[in-house]
Amino acid sequence: MAQIKGVDVSVGYEKRIVAGNINFEIYEGDYLYILGENGSGKSTLMKCILGLEKVCGGSITYGDNLKQKEIGYLPQQTLIQRDFPATVQEIVMSGCLNRVGWHPFFGKKEKELAIESMKKLEITDLAKRSYPELSGGQQQRVLLARALCATRKALLLDEPVTGLDPFAQEQLYALIYKINKEEKTTIIMVSHDIEAAKKYATHILHIGKEKCVFCTKHEFIKENGGCLF
Amino acid sequence: MSVLTLLTEYLARPMVRNALIVGTLIALCASLLGTTIVLKRLSFIGDGLSHVAFGALCIAMIMSLSDEMLLVLPVTVLVAVILMGSNEKRKIKGDAAIAMLSVGSLAFGYLLLNLFPNKRTGSLSGDVCSTLFGSMSILTLSTLDVILCIVLSAVVVAFFIIFYHRIFSVTFDESFASATGIRTNLYKFLLSVIIAVVIVLSMQLVGSLLISALIVFPVLSSERIFRSFLSVVIASGTIGVFCAITGIIVSIILSTPIGATVVCINVIVFALCVIIGKFFIKR
Repeated sequence: MAQIKGVDVSVGYEKRIVAGNINFEIYEGDYLYILGENGSGKSTLMKCILGLEKVCGGSITYGDNLKQKEIGYLPQQTLIQRDFPATVQEIVMSGCLNRVGWHPFFGKKEKELAIESMKKLEITDLAKRSYPELSGGQQQRVLLARALCATRKALLLDEPVTGLDPFAQEQLYALIYKINKEEKTTIIMVSHDIEAAKKYATHILHIGKEKCVFCTKHEFIKENGGCLF
Repeated sequence: MSVLTLLTEYLARPMVRNALIVGTLIALCASLLGTTIVLKRLSFIGDGLSHVAFGALCIAMIMSLSDEMLLVLPVTVLVAVILMGSNEKRKIKGDAAIAMLSVGSLAFGYLLLNLFPNKRTGSLSGDVCSTLFGSMSILTLSTLDVILCIVLSAVVVAFFIIFYHRIFSVTFDESFASATGIRTNLYKFLLSVIIAVVIVLSMQLVGSLLISALIVFPVLSSERIFRSFLSVVIASGTIGVFCAITGIIVSIILSTPIGATVVCINVIVFALCVIIGKFFIKR
């Protein structure tokens, strides 16, 4: 059974449909790239998958023991965060919040989880540092560690490498790929980066103006030479 | 008579002690909540709410309600919930809407007071001045006022401690929090109710024009020096309390208006923190 399955999904804002006829199936351990131009509706689709917005038509269902709230999320940086006084540890810990239920504070288990996540993303030495002082790449790794605290099943990343220098981009891609391979964590990435998609993805969902195509990476490269539809 | 003996003489009076207790508690609540308000870029909402509270207070005054809070509190809570809820989707328009709302209710309140002068006090400028800039009413608090204030502050502080991690999460990244199953709307609702309560409470101390100062200054000051959320929260509470106590004592000794004095002390502390942050804290 698919972890996330979209049937005839259409998305839009303020009742205007931007993209329709979106069909996709994601299984555990898949690495899906959602490609599309600005304004094509890929960010809205992503918010629908997360349950932050409602679909205009069709349905998105969750299976294989995955609940909607178990999708970890790496949002784009907001203005608020850029100079927010918080340490790396505080931010990573906040990812554990959905594990504590009604308990007001974190227990030993959550603290260990946070330490483990920081180790995975190679930011253990930054734990006491303040978030605004970090470089863009380090900040993204902090937010990724937080997402890993929230879930190990599926991660949804919204243009994670935007604004990073090439070296930091490569480093972040490699870390995400490692998490995907080692933990069998499903990765869904919204991106413009076709080259990276060809390198890392198992599946590609292209949201276009005329049609939306979902296929494996090999089909994508074979049929189109890796160009957009 | 030295300042010290004057001070001990004042402190012996229950009304001064009451003023100190209430002032300290209000400042503590305002500065704690200030951390989320300022960091979430909602300072203007606090300002707007205080003007709405002023408008409501004017209406309550011309209606000659026995307890003005009966009208002011529900109105402010309602507006707070509406403002906090609508803020996400219409960012720019929301900004202008709050500006409209705050000057609108200020003008409306003042106009109403002019049209229907208060029969009890009969002095228009005195009424307006004390609601805008705070009055000496903090020195004439009844025991009931003090108890009410203690209870409400205890609720606010308890809320802040119990929901500390959730407040952090919602403040830092609302969409991540709600995507991973945190009930952000519930916490935002509770926060807006409490913000409204604190604003109405602090009107007694500094008046509606100066409330924002109690909310924003302590946080901004501690942000200059501290780098983690927890330390900013603790420092902000400490600075808020310190400024309130110093301000009240100074205003009693020099017989200056309490609200304005407390705010001025806040400004001075902020300036000191900027200097310390610039020259003594390594980034």
